[in-house]
Amino acid sequence: MSFSESFVEVDGCRTHLRRGGKGEPLLFLHGASGAPAIMPFMEKLAQRFEVLVPEHPGWGKSDEPEWLENIHDVAYFYLDFLEQLDLRNVTLVGSSMGGWIAMELAVRDTARLKSLVLVSPAGIAAPGVLPADIFLMAPEDLVRNLFVDEKLVQARLSAPVDVDETLKNRHTTARLAWEPRLHDPFLPKWLHRIDVPVKIIWGKQDRILPVEFVAEYRRLLPAAEIKIVENCGHLPHAEKAEEFVDFVCK
Amino acid sequence: MPYADLDLEAGRKNGTVWVKLPNQHFDPEKGHQLYNRYLDELEYGEELGFDAVSVNEHHQTAYGLMPSPVVTASALARKTKRVKIAILGSALPLRSHPLTVAEEHAMIDVISGGRLISGFVRGIGAEYHTFGVNPTFSHDRFHEAHDLIVRAWTEPGPFAFQGKHYNVQYVNLWPRPYQKPHPPIWIPSQGSKETIDWASHPDRRYTYLQTFSPSKVVARYLKMYRDTCQGYGYEAKDSQLGWAVPVYVGESDESARREAKEHFENFRNVFVRMPLEMLLPPGYTSRESMKNVMKAKAQMFGDVTLEQAVELGLFVCGSAQTVIKTFQAHWNDMRFGNLLVMCQFGTLPADLTRKNLELFARRVLPALKQL
Repeated sequence: MSFSESFVEVDGCRTHLRRGGKGEPLLFLHGASGAPAIMPFMEKLAQRFEVLVPEHPGWGKSDEPEWLENIHDVAYFYLDFLEQLDLRNVTLVGSSMGGWIAMELAVRDTARLKSLVLVSPAGIAAPGVLPADIFLMAPEDLVRNLFVDEKLVQARLSAPVDVDETLKNRHTTARLAWEPRLHDPFLPKWLHRIDVPVKIIWGKQDRILPVEFVAEYRRLLPAAEIKIVENCGHLPHAEKAEEFVDFVCK
Repeated sequence: MPYADLDLEAGRKNGTVWVKLPNQHFDPEKGHQLYNRYLDELEYGEELGFDAVSVNEHHQTAYGLMPSPVVTASALARKTKRVKIAILGSALPLRSHPLTVAEEHAMIDVISGGRLISGFVRGIGAEYHTFGVNPTFSHDRFHEAHDLIVRAWTEPGPFAFQGKHYNVQYVNLWPRPYQKPHPPIWIPSQGSKETIDWASHPDRRYTYLQTFSPSKVVARYLKMYRDTCQGYGYEAKDSQLGWAVPVYVGESDESARREAKEHFENFRNVFVRMPLEMLLPPGYTSRESMKNVMKAKAQMFGDVTLEQAVELGLFVCGSAQTVIKTFQAHWNDMRFGNLLVMCQFGTLPADLTRKNLELFARRVLPALKQL
């Protein structure tokens, strides 16, 4: 399945977008380290959906607009993005910070959404559970903490690094998520507004956002369908692509 | 103002004495001794004829025991009678409310009868980790806090301040500062073009103080400051330039190096050390500077011996003659109007600190005042 590459301008932000497959739209919102390439799970999803993989404002090849100051700005940006591309019945999938953006978007307006899939999402705080301090980690340590599978660690460590894009991604992550760290204290009280089906998937050995966060989601989104993936770290879509795709599609 | 009683091995093992070195390593009884010793040394500075004594701000670290330099400066304001008291500086973006800085500095200025030099800094990168303040807004908050403080010091109150980070309906400072229009403002920095552009602007002309850097780097940034002033259409005065550097004066070059070696190396290789991610959180510096630091990582983050530090001009150490000659040569190059000598560093004990202060004040200072 081939993906096309283009730029769309939304809210004055030139946004890098990869698009592939046929079917209902599925919008994938990446996490802190961006979406620099097409990954196997995207190819698999593209057999069922029309998959859209934008790079968020402030990440990768997308612009860094002046207005980008907090996570709410990104949520409004994607509401405009959905409207501008006239996407309907969207399966909105968000990993980590992308999951946070997905929730912020959905509490505002679900009119264009069909369902929500949250992949070890950031966005809320849970009593007694802390995210890893990703900003104090050396880049190599961050990679080691992402996966259980050592082969994936080695593959990621030996892949070429675009220093400029890495620094840019890190900068935007800090801008949106430094404080309060990786969450919005005002989000939980509005999660009940999400009136489309929600699925949550989490790696059991997640060392960035520990799987203990799930208890808080059970409380806040009691109707959500939840799956815990064995032998899996922070990125189930990358580490257990097949299980992940089955969970999204079923 | 280091926690000189630190278990150095614990500091080394932890990789840094900043942010996460468990505070169980701090013994309040030893702290009591140290604070009083350091305050005595600062007060002794007045007796020895220094023009100013300086304090600075660092948080949650064994590197420095002054999370609030205002506390130390307040103690000095009462104990001293003549010297200037320099707070170098207060970390504006770390404060929830910059008016507290305006108020505290104004109090010290009034209590001391106008002896305050007011320094503003952003705080170092590690402090954005400890305080949780977002480093990508650091410059914004610094500039806005500065504007609020200077207006609070100079404009008749009450007036309203409308900013992005700070909004105050009634700015109406009691007390107003003693000095007119306000205490001199100094900007300590490890070197940054953005800071120089801002500090040297004709509206400000703030004294730029290059801190703890190799002498070549000091020269480069001081020249950049002068050039920037010329770009703005005016000639920088020497008094707008400063250099802060650790110094040790001994009876001879050999004895100076012998006495200072262990203590300087503890300072540089234990107390100052921290990993790159801690030093430079995202947004603290421009990404271009960040890339330069990443390139120089091995050199910047490795150990430095006293001999290498002297060679680099990171440390000035030797007999009075050597120290005079070194500063004369640098002064001819750079024409800094202000020289801040850090006479205590790392684990340098009380007796050597006093000796250093005395030798500097009696044998070096008179010659430097001629420059």
